[in-house]
Amino acid sequence: MAIKVRFFASLREQTGISRKQIAADGLETVSDLWLAVTEAPLDETTLVAVNKTYVGPDYQITDGDEVAFFPPITGG
Amino acid sequence: MIPVRIELRKTGFDGFAEVQEYRKSIPAVSDYGACSNFVGTMREYNQGDQVVSMYLEHYSGMTEEQLEAIVGKAQNDYEVLAALLLHRIGEVQPGEDIVAIAVWSTHRKDAFAACRDIMEALKSTAPFWKKEQLQNEDRWVKNNSPGQ
Repeated sequence: MAIKVRFFASLREQTGISRKQIAADGLETVSDLWLAVTEAPLDETTLVAVNKTYVGPDYQITDGDEVAFFPPITGG
Repeated sequence: MIPVRIELRKTGFDGFAEVQEYRKSIPAVSDYGACSNFVGTMREYNQGDQVVSMYLEHYSGMTEEQLEAIVGKAQNDYEVLAALLLHRIGEVQPGEDIVAIAVWSTHRKDAFAACRDIMEALKSTAPFWKKEQLQNEDRWVKNNSPGQ
């Protein structure tokens, strides 16, 4: 299963990853994906979007998804 | 279809001039009895520190979709006859406008409410992130205060 993972703002700087293609075989949720990439549990303040739509931590990922992780937003 | 313009812009703008300019482009019918505006501007000081400049990051594609959804919800919730939503991206200097919102309606009640709802929703759901450049360091702004 191929997943495109993206990190934005402070999370991009912390992980050193802007975008990365992951072979996510065996992973089920966005939380699993986060753990596999960062080796830490998903923080409750971290926002997650799949294919540019907000999702919760238990959202099931599927082949071809673009999963984005980002900190609380600060626009306006 | 009512007139709606949503735009992300890399260069500086005068929010009030943009509202005036947009007004010229929408049909001048007598139903427009009220227009409510919000213009947000970059401050030179934040949390007691002088901010030299700021970088506004966004999630291309998702940010635009969220802004469209926010304005769409306001159209469902209120009588909106026309709307403008303009937001800066990239490098911003103190004193420059960051966001401009204008909502036209028949009466002030819906114009005020829709303008406020759009701004508050933007602050909580539109993916933008501010990075401030201070005199000797830079830092990410951690969060927006709700309704402040």
